[in-house]
Amino acid sequence: MKIEFLYSEDCPSHAPALERLRDLLEQENLQADLRIVRVESDEQAQNLRFPGSPTIRVEGHDIDPEGAATNPVGLSCRVYRTSDGRFTPLPPEDLVLQAIRRAADR
Amino acid sequence: MALKIGADAPAFELKNVDGNTVSLESLKDGASALAIVFSCNHCPYVLAWEDRLIQIARDYAGKGVRFALINANDPVKYPADSFPEMQSRARTKSYPFPYLFDETQEVARAYGAERTPEVFLFDASGRLVYHGAPDDNYDDPSAVKKHYLREALDAVLAGGTPPVAETPPVGCTIKWK
Repeated sequence: MKIEFLYSEDCPSHAPALERLRDLLEQENLQADLRIVRVESDEQAQNLRFPGSPTIRVEGHDIDPEGAATNPVGLSCRVYRTSDGRFTPLPPEDLVLQAIRRAADR
Repeated sequence: MALKIGADAPAFELKNVDGNTVSLESLKDGASALAIVFSCNHCPYVLAWEDRLIQIARDYAGKGVRFALINANDPVKYPADSFPEMQSRARTKSYPFPYLFDETQEVARAYGAERTPEVFLFDASGRLVYHGAPDDNYDDPSAVKKHYLREALDAVLAGGTPPVAETPPVGCTIKWK
């Protein structure tokens, strides 16, 4: 499966988020063609429709499309919500798992 | 570079969300400790820590501890951090503290703040005793092991020194003009 991990350097959650993604792929015994993209300008963010850092797209689909729609395109840190409603800068495990399992089942 | 531990709090007068001007002197006057937190509306780290900060402010208010949040972000590039949005946020969350707008970003520069949230805790004499993150886990409140700000407050109120004086602030960068 193809996974894009997009991030901006200003947001410190990209490193633990990437680690989380890699750990979950390993846990699920899944191989992925992982492309890591550092977004460095507003223009690049607009071109990539980048809704903040970090953003994970599995087979071209954001792991949280509803959440993506509520975040402005740009170099900001992205806001995620956990299943119990808390705000977090980290992509929640359950959303990442759902996305990679869905892609693996295809 | 951020203020050093032991430094005096730089003075300011900033507009509060209620339209009044709030000065550092008025915040310090009679306070047993003063927490200045650089914050904003949009940052997920602020959102993750927000309820905890509100609770800390409420828990320590009866002991003479005062809090003030300061938003220094550029509202032109980040409209979610505009003054009207600050007013809305303070109303929605019933902020128990002033939420001040550092429109020129001079106060953020004077304190050497770089992130949101970033805590500067001053003792009764106005000297910096703790600087950094509110605790050691932005992601999961139930997994916090080190309550840096609470522990610093307990120490200061007991006339002592915080067990941890400084931690790297964790959060979004302040959005400079």
